[in-house]
Amino acid sequence: MIKITGTAGPILSVNAAIMARDVTKAFGQGETALKALDNVSCEIRTGEFFTLLGPSGCGKTTLLRLIAGFEMPTAGQILIDGQDVTGQPPNRRAVNTVFQSYALFPHLSVAENVGFGLKMQGRPRAEIAATVREMLALVKLEALAGRRTGQLSGGQQQRVALARALAPRPKVLLLDEPLSALDLKLRKEMQVELKRLQTETGITFVFVTHDQEEALTMSDRIAVMSAGKIQQIGVPREIYTAPVNRFVADFIGETNFIPATAVPGGAKLADGTVLPAEGEGSLLIIRPEQLRLLPAAADGALPATVESVVYFGTDTHVHLALEDGTKLTARVPSPADGHSGHAPGQRIGLGFAPGAARLIRE
Amino acid sequence: MSPPPRLSEAEDRQRRAATRNGWLLSAPALVLLFIAASGPLLIVLVYSFLTPGKYGDVSWEFSTSGWVGILFSRDIFDDTLKLADAHLTIFWRSVKLSLLTTAITFALGFPTAWFIATRPPKARALWLFLITIPFWTNLLIRTFAITEIIRNEGILNKVLLAIGVIAAPLRIMNTDTAVLIGMAYVYLPLMVLPLFAAIDRFDMRLLEAGYDLYASRMQVLRHVILPIVRPGIVAGSILVFVPSLGAYVTPRVLGGGKNMMIGNFIELQFGQGRNWPLGAALSIALLIVVMLAMLIYVRAATKEDTPHG
Repeated sequence: MIKITGTAGPILSVNAAIMARDVTKAFGQGETALKALDNVSCEIRTGEFFTLLGPSGCGKTTLLRLIAGFEMPTAGQILIDGQDVTGQPPNRRAVNTVFQSYALFPHLSVAENVGFGLKMQGRPRAEIAATVREMLALVKLEALAGRRTGQLSGGQQQRVALARALAPRPKVLLLDEPLSALDLKLRKEMQVELKRLQTETGITFVFVTHDQEEALTMSDRIAVMSAGKIQQIGVPREIYTAPVNRFVADFIGETNFIPATAVPGGAKLADGTVLPAEGEGSLLIIRPEQLRLLPAAADGALPATVESVVYFGTDTHVHLALEDGTKLTARVPSPADGHSGHAPGQRIGLGFAPGAARLIRE
Repeated sequence: MSPPPRLSEAEDRQRRAATRNGWLLSAPALVLLFIAASGPLLIVLVYSFLTPGKYGDVSWEFSTSGWVGILFSRDIFDDTLKLADAHLTIFWRSVKLSLLTTAITFALGFPTAWFIATRPPKARALWLFLITIPFWTNLLIRTFAITEIIRNEGILNKVLLAIGVIAAPLRIMNTDTAVLIGMAYVYLPLMVLPLFAAIDRFDMRLLEAGYDLYASRMQVLRHVILPIVRPGIVAGSILVFVPSLGAYVTPRVLGGGKNMMIGNFIELQFGQGRNWPLGAALSIALLIVVMLAMLIYVRAATKEDTPHG
């Protein structure tokens, strides 16, 4: 990424579609004010699929609404394509939103919904008609152009909302948990569909979700948010394999936490065992699928006791306890006959895949 | 997408039975309604085709003079028919004032209804209650209260004179303006309530969708809000326009004897005018015109509802 250091201000990167600079948003006043966003800065690159991920109330939707212009920040700046748009109303911003509720206009047909933005921009009729056709083809809804939106299924409404938001060719498309109202099968389909649309249009997508799997499979980069702050920004692999703190590790996938202290070359557990681990901090994390269940006497293995075994079909979850009482979960592939060969009370040895353990801060 | 499910024979039979039972159950109400509403109307219709009696009332001879008299008057000397200008003036004033009343109540009622619909539910009930308070008082008393405000020595003039906005009292009483003020005041709740009902159902999230898609505030109003709350606007305008057209008390009290509206004109025929058939014909004619006008209006207002694309 090219960075230019200007004399007038802080670092400005030329390929940022969205920049949030020290953005704070407080609802309410004085002592009772609730900080939905607390001094958040981030940069969303042009053309990327960027996901804001976090539990409800973490501030992800607030950040999206600040970018769209529905809310004004209490402090800080929002830049779209290098332009400061902080004080501008939504209709002056070259971003469009796909709403969680879709918010389709009930008095307009599918085609009129899709053409609404262009009409408001005062584009010529012929251009609107052509773009509407193109957009409906893009979301595969040509056949329903004349329908009322109330007559459509949830998945179809979703597509209309997408076509409507894409039609004016925004610099950035904002998606506010757009898949949350769909059933599982449709959601999977739409995930693929969204990714395809993003690749085909080349438009920057900012996607808000609380579903970590959705975030991992679709995003180019993810910002994990909690309590009004961005905890970590990174590519999905990075977020999963190298979380920066307990929140991120816990929120993305399942993780085992083992208290430890950093020693040169690794982490020292409570019983004195030293495991090779990268990172620094006082918490050792290891993903359940990275644990190896070995015979009790195996060389270098950590002694543990099986507490319970839960069969999940493709894999089996084995709940374990270390000698000091720390609880762990291992996920092992289920054998062909479904019997993992482990039973409660069994004493085993715990092995770690190389590089699987990592030290993080609390 | 899927065709409407076809009814099985059993369902069909069940449905027909339900329809029949529905008619039977509502029969008493329908009979009462027919006698109470259509009966008097029938009498009025019959009277409109009779000859005026000498001291009011009617004599039972068929005549179309009532109907002819709506638009024409007979010359006292040579008995020729000519267009009755005075009648036309009254009709025109009625239509004009009713349209203006509808426009004014809409202009005042829309922001009011919007305000109420966007309050928290508890406050909403209070505001709606306040809006309906005038209904608790007799129309005549309310109209006289307006007189107190707008007459030459009334509150309005006193205040305006005191703060020096005007040098001489405004002469509002006994003018069309007075009638307009009175009607707008009296009929405002009839506009606010249906508008409130429509706005209450309006999904406020659509506003954000509109702004997001580059619509300015005015464009959102024109292209999103107004079309969606249109049923409320149609209902409100009918509820205001129709009674305005037949208004009687308000023009009588505030407009004085000269600024008559159709209602007063009809009353006149049954009183001093001693021309019951004309009064009856006017009543029926007003009814027909209003019904036709509403039919055309509702058609026009709902036409754009069918999607095209």
